[in-house]
Amino acid sequence: MSDIETLQTELIAGIDSADTLEALEAVRVSALGKQGSVSALLKTMGGMSPEERQTQGPIINGLRESISLALAAKKAELETAELNRRLATERVDMTLPAPDAPRGTIHPVSQVMDELAEIFADMGFAVAEGPEIEDDWHNFTALNIPETHPARAMHDTFYFPDDMARDGQKMVLRTHTSPVQIRTMTSQEPPIRIIAPGRVYRSDSDATHTPMFHQIEGLVIDKGIHLGHLKWTLETFLKAYFEREDVVLRLRPSYFPFTEPSVEVDVGYSVINGKRVIGGAEDWMEVLGSGMVHRKVIEACGLDPDVWQGFAFGTGVDRLAMLKYGMDDLRAFFDGDNRWLQHYGFDALDVPTLSGGVGA
Amino acid sequence: MKFSLSWLKEHLDTDADMLAVADCLNRIGLEVEGIENPADTLSAFRIAKVLSAAPHPKADKLQVLSVDAGGPPLQVVCGAPNARAGMLGVFGPAGAVVPANGMVLKVAAIRGVESNGMMCSIAELELGDDHDGIIELPDDAPVGQVYADWAGLDDPVIDVSITPNRQDCMGVRGIARDLAAAGLGTLKPLGDVYKIDLSAPLEGGDPAPNVRTDDEAGCPAFYAQSVSGVRNGDSPEWMRAKLKAIGQKPISALVDITNFLSIDLGRPLHVYDRAKLNGALVARKAVDGEQVVALNGKTYTLDASMTVIADDAMVHDIGGIMGGEHSGVSEDTTDVLIECAFFDPEHISRTGQKLGLTSDARQRFERGVDPAFLDDGLAIATKLVLDLAGGTASAVTRMGQAPVAPRIFSYNTDYCNHLGGVDVAPEEQRNILERLGFSVTADWHITVPSWRRDVDGPADIVEEVVRIIGLDNVMSVPLPRADGVAKPTATPAQSLERKVRRAAAARGLNEAINWSFLPQKAADAFGGGAWSLANPISEDMKVMRPSLLPGLLSAAQRNMDRGASSVRLFEIGRRYFAAADGTSDERLTAGIVLAGDKSVRNWTTGKSVKFDAFDAKAEAIALLKAAGVATDGLLVMDDAGAHYHPGQSATLRMGPKNILAAFGTLHPATAKAFDLDGSIVAAEIFLDAIPLKKATGFMRLAFTPPALQAVTRDFAFLVSQDMPANDLVRAIKGCDKDNIVAARLFDRFAGQGVPEGQVSLAVEVTLQPTDKSYGDDDLKLISDKVIAAAAKLGAVLRG
Repeated sequence: MSDIETLQTELIAGIDSADTLEALEAVRVSALGKQGSVSALLKTMGGMSPEERQTQGPIINGLRESISLALAAKKAELETAELNRRLATERVDMTLPAPDAPRGTIHPVSQVMDELAEIFADMGFAVAEGPEIEDDWHNFTALNIPETHPARAMHDTFYFPDDMARDGQKMVLRTHTSPVQIRTMTSQEPPIRIIAPGRVYRSDSDATHTPMFHQIEGLVIDKGIHLGHLKWTLETFLKAYFEREDVVLRLRPSYFPFTEPSVEVDVGYSVINGKRVIGGAEDWMEVLGSGMVHRKVIEACGLDPDVWQGFAFGTGVDRLAMLKYGMDDLRAFFDGDNRWLQHYGFDALDVPTLSGGVGA
Repeated sequence: MKFSLSWLKEHLDTDADMLAVADCLNRIGLEVEGIENPADTLSAFRIAKVLSAAPHPKADKLQVLSVDAGGPPLQVVCGAPNARAGMLGVFGPAGAVVPANGMVLKVAAIRGVESNGMMCSIAELELGDDHDGIIELPDDAPVGQVYADWAGLDDPVIDVSITPNRQDCMGVRGIARDLAAAGLGTLKPLGDVYKIDLSAPLEGGDPAPNVRTDDEAGCPAFYAQSVSGVRNGDSPEWMRAKLKAIGQKPISALVDITNFLSIDLGRPLHVYDRAKLNGALVARKAVDGEQVVALNGKTYTLDASMTVIADDAMVHDIGGIMGGEHSGVSEDTTDVLIECAFFDPEHISRTGQKLGLTSDARQRFERGVDPAFLDDGLAIATKLVLDLAGGTASAVTRMGQAPVAPRIFSYNTDYCNHLGGVDVAPEEQRNILERLGFSVTADWHITVPSWRRDVDGPADIVEEVVRIIGLDNVMSVPLPRADGVAKPTATPAQSLERKVRRAAAARGLNEAINWSFLPQKAADAFGGGAWSLANPISEDMKVMRPSLLPGLLSAAQRNMDRGASSVRLFEIGRRYFAAADGTSDERLTAGIVLAGDKSVRNWTTGKSVKFDAFDAKAEAIALLKAAGVATDGLLVMDDAGAHYHPGQSATLRMGPKNILAAFGTLHPATAKAFDLDGSIVAAEIFLDAIPLKKATGFMRLAFTPPALQAVTRDFAFLVSQDMPANDLVRAIKGCDKDNIVAARLFDRFAGQGVPEGQVSLAVEVTLQPTDKSYGDDDLKLISDKVIAAAAKLGAVLRG
């Protein structure tokens, strides 16, 4: 065995037996360092004759090459072992809880209002608004409810003191969203298609009534609009809202001073697990008041009732929410109970869309 | 409005059963609110014969009966003094439920003797008030039969909700007329129902009573007739049964007659005891301050707007609303005066509202009774008095004139389709209208019947036709739809509100909806409310809120009381102010309250972290950003409001005047007023103050990333500890706009190495080269500008 082969064998053995990076480095220095054995052999090549170099050169370079490769391989091996050792010491109990992020919620009333806006936008209805503190004219008189009308007594109106009256008009908390009909008809030209959701107030408080609640009003004023259009609109709306095709409506004649004819709308339901579920016609419950806008109302808004006619409807937003999502106590809507909000509230990203479905 | 099925059938000739009637009522707009059949609760109670009665061995007042209820004899212990062998009564077996108290009867030992049920009293079966003894039935009552069937109690009572426009249906006859028009049967002639000839006046020989009206506005017509020599005993069983069936208590023949006619014909009447009257009975305006004790025993003080019926001595009747106690009939009454008047609906409504007094009479007069029914109404009342209480009638006095002018208008039958959306043949329309009492000429001039005050135009005629034809026949017709997909409809303000709401929820806040009204004290503590209700439901719900925080704080407090450790609530709603012109100025606002733990105890530190004012600031800025506000440019100034901690609160303004938000730690006194402790922080974002973005199209500015890399340099300054850090940052940021693109405070330090009264503020400045990289000279120049700008504020670069 030549010296070089012996050296190579020794060095490889040294590399193999190095069990730390430091020991490996010592081997490297002993071979490839300035004073190293392989470096010394490389240096001898300068003094060789060309012939000698021709034979010895490849051998010596081969030695250097093989030692370098062996060193690199061993270094990688030791480094991996070292990393594994370190990682083993860095073990953390991953069953420990991650930091909490609070979950925020959208109130069901807001969610349902967004759902309604989405559904009605598809039918061409914009969202209109009006003040909650209204004058008597907008809340009653313009809606064909004169002062002595028995319907006024049925409204349980909240009044403001006489000294707050404006132009002789007593100020009230609006008892329904219907004054938005008046504000819309007096401020924009027909054709009109609007919905008007918002807070309304009645001096009433028991298990199913709160002094403040939410209504949504709908109004269509155009030429040639009749009761059949009203029926279609309500059917289409309720089917879209409940996302069921088996929604059945029952229309009953009724009375509202601002519509003629007036129609109350019942929706069919079934009882499933003790809850009323909309759909089918096992029994009926009242959900909407509606009718063809009274010509006196159209006149009061400065429009010609022989040209323009249309329909209006109104319903409770809180009630729609309860029917769809199953809450059974209206009072809890206005209590701000965190547990209730977490239970019935909606995620921020539950934005109602027609493509994704309006319900969440 | 309640009536029994048998009562309805007095006027309506029909074979229809209860369900068919209820169905038809709903279909034509007379909403059925409930149906109750007294027989349903009494089905277990049977007619029984007492076979024997023996004294109870251990109790003097009890007897041991043997009872035959159709099966083998049963032993029953009974405490009624009238129980005796041979009598017939009503027996409730074990398992029956006693209507009066809901008790379930069982086989039980009473003082040691087994009893297999109960012999019942009238009161126990809720058939009357009599509880002195058990029911005694005639000897021919069939033993073993269900008592209710035999007694004719199987007669369902219908409760119908009458809308305010339908006075005519405030009487059973009007309902029968509507049902007949809808094809459910035939309306019997009124004369047949009362067995009276209404074509001839019912006038007696006695002189007509002395009545008149001096108030033709309030009481346009006053008809009266006297009957003398009456005996005011109990009314007959048929009348008592009808009144009892609908929950009215029979009183005496004369009183029951007026109550009965009010329900049967929707015609309120009043009967006076003539012995209590002095001189003429006059309809007149009350004198301010005049008083009357009404039949309900309460004293009412009247004013000059109210119509009363009075004699020379006193007021005897609040006209059309309630009679007076003094001249009410009693069992001693022998001579009566029957009043059949027409009171103006508006007057009745106003008087009723002022007095807070409601009655069956008011409900009918204020809806408007049939002005053409005074003669017939009076004749029927007099006939009933003569039939049931005897006596002789006087002539009739007719003073004034009820408003009977016919209402006639022309009608185009096409309107039914045009408005009602259903095509009904003209002849069919005519038939419907005539069945309802309208008269229709060949050229379609329609005369409205006197009892239909609600009908005054073609739209009402469409309603009549459509409701009788049935709304089921109205077919759905789609609204015309614009071409293409639906257009967006939200206004900029609505879009903003939706964004802010969802941004708040995305940040972990829970949306609450609180009352719009507050207690006075809470409103005052938040700047005072402009609108206070005259008739609040309670003092806690009186003033329209000037701030959203009181509602949120109360909600936070309720949550804390329920044991919540952390509350994150927000609300978006209006605050209520008064505009200069007296209208309501309602401003959309977002309110936020954070209370308790920002983060609960956790395993990394073992400690919880409380909310502080910067959490409120973070929410305010985040929501303003969501609303599209460039928050970097906002001024941070004081004056957040007295409900905040004065040293830990601020406002965010767009320019010095326009306050977009306020935030901070809640003032401890405010927190205490809401029973909250610990650190409570709050923010208010005044959404109405945010300028709405104008639509500028969808195209964004071109994306032009800088070609050269930005560099950062850190500066630390010593400043007075009173100086707002933001002033320094803004000064640095603004000192060289060509190069400085950002300045960010990253350290604030006081203590060792920093002189007393000062702090060290460290700012990271980002420099963006444009066409060539910075050289040392460039950086030195910029650095000098930064140091100079800081020096102007008294800041000294730390060495």
